[in-house]
Amino acid sequence: MHGLLEAVARHRVLAAWAVLAVLPFVAPSAALASLIVVMGLYALGFNLLFGYAGLLSFGHSALIGAGGYACGIAIVHFGWPWWAAILTGPAAGGLVALAMGLLAVRTRGIYFAMVTLALSQCVYYVALKAEDWTGGENGLRGVNLTTISLGFAQFSGIDPMTRYTLVAVSAGIGLAFVSRVLRSPFGAALSALRENEARARACGYDINRIRLQAFVLSGVISGLAGALYAIQLSVVPIETMHYAMSGLAVMMAILGGMNTFFGPFVGAAVFLAIENVGALWTEHWPLLAGAVFVACVLFFREGVWGTLLKRVMPR
Amino acid sequence: MNGICAAAPSWVTAEMGFPLELIALQAVAGVALGAVYVLLAIGLSLIFGMLTVVNFAHGAFFMLGAYVGVFLLAGGMPFWLAMVVVPLAVGSMGLVVERFLIRPLYGRPIDDPLLLTFGLAYVVVELVRIVAGKQGIPMEMPEALQGAVDIGIGFFPIYRLFLIGVAVAVVAGLWLLLERTRYGLIIRAGAQDPLILRVLGVQVARVWLMVFGLGTGLAALAGFLAAPLQGAAPEMGIPVLAEAFVVTVIGGMGSLLGAVVAALLVGIAISLTGLFAPEMAKLSIFALMALVLMVRPQGLFGRAA
Repeated sequence: MHGLLEAVARHRVLAAWAVLAVLPFVAPSAALASLIVVMGLYALGFNLLFGYAGLLSFGHSALIGAGGYACGIAIVHFGWPWWAAILTGPAAGGLVALAMGLLAVRTRGIYFAMVTLALSQCVYYVALKAEDWTGGENGLRGVNLTTISLGFAQFSGIDPMTRYTLVAVSAGIGLAFVSRVLRSPFGAALSALRENEARARACGYDINRIRLQAFVLSGVISGLAGALYAIQLSVVPIETMHYAMSGLAVMMAILGGMNTFFGPFVGAAVFLAIENVGALWTEHWPLLAGAVFVACVLFFREGVWGTLLKRVMPR
Repeated sequence: MNGICAAAPSWVTAEMGFPLELIALQAVAGVALGAVYVLLAIGLSLIFGMLTVVNFAHGAFFMLGAYVGVFLLAGGMPFWLAMVVVPLAVGSMGLVVERFLIRPLYGRPIDDPLLLTFGLAYVVVELVRIVAGKQGIPMEMPEALQGAVDIGIGFFPIYRLFLIGVAVAVVAGLWLLLERTRYGLIIRAGAQDPLILRVLGVQVARVWLMVFGLGTGLAALAGFLAAPLQGAAPEMGIPVLAEAFVVTVIGGMGSLLGAVVAALLVGIAISLTGLFAPEMAKLSIFALMALVLMVRPQGLFGRAA
């Protein structure tokens, strides 16, 4: 167990790819496997900011929502091919993050959560009002990829396994990118900022600039998750932009463990398990999710994956 | 947001421009809207100033105030009595929350109580859905407060004047409490330096408990007073939380004067934008917040970090 976890920690991208390859055969359905990967990627993007840079954002719904709507609009209104549509996701997520970040990074500590929440609420109203583009309250319908063409071969976009492959490959690339960034000097600067802002500043780092870069990076990953979410669901629900979606990222990161690379993914799986099993038993499953979250904050601050790592590999 | 806050009457056309009376009336309507924000933001600011807890459950307590009010009125309690009982009842729930959920988190990172209250709000909203259903419930306005009265510049709904009156009374009462009583002295000292206060023999934990109860009680009062205008619904606390945050960011965290000024500014901004461009009414306050963040990131009355 010890050796296995150590190997996972050392080769985390390879380990993640292995899990992505096995997941659809372990999960109850390929559709659920896709959803776990999409939500895991979203939580990972969020945790880049929260776990690594120490910035708690309550506005990530605007970022995943921007990615989802951009991809959806590219397909529904412009008929773009699948690869171009997916790429609009990270672009839109990054742009919205840049706009929000320019304001939000000017604030300190606790303000950050409040300002990001307020700004995401603003983006939500815009998406709700721009009915011609977003479908307003009904969501953007008809995000259908009937065929996915690779030039030499055609695949049916309706087949759940094809969709999973598309989602998993895109997410796998995003994941490798995040891992690479975190191991770069920039990743070290992020941690420095989280641990001791004054000292990082004294070392010559431009704090606001690094914060903004981290926010944009987080937006790029969340936007990619949004694009994949739209393709997986064939619709962009207005709920993607809602406050609850921001809260979901926070919940998944805490449930899994914010101080670890894989924590957010584990958190996504745990949350979706609570949702799917709980929903069989009662329509009020959010009560269960909320209670588990509160218990985590009070007693298991390291989350499921973080607690496991600590038990097996005491430092 | 309905009624007087809606767009201009049909006889006003763009060519005519907007008569001064109409703009003045709309500004008064904004003050009335701001009155609800005042109650909300003061509670939020008080809790942060003392406990350094950002209460993400503030919107949930607002919603609870509306629901407890609806049930009390349905049970035959008069409106005036309910106006006192609702803050007391929800404030007591706040006491329990502080004592058993938030107190264990003092000394931990500042994000922890924030996360806890966020999760708590999630639980409370779902509990309300179980007890009262997912549909919203309307609340009857007391007969004495129905109708409109001439205030010199035109007719204005009595209930909104009443809102302004309640906010003025609450702010005056709080000012007396904080500036003119021993309790207020202790609360202000606690916001400055809890450690010294403890050394002086004050039970700071008890002060924090009471302040949290007071803050949640004020949120409940705001919810109760908003209910005759918008009814009670499980999700009603979410936009309100965002708006209360906007007010707090504009005014400066922990400043009561800032909370009052910013709440009135936000109310008037929503109301006047509603007159000229109804579509933009909800967005105007975020523009206002962005402006303040660019010029004065610590808020109008906040201390620089």
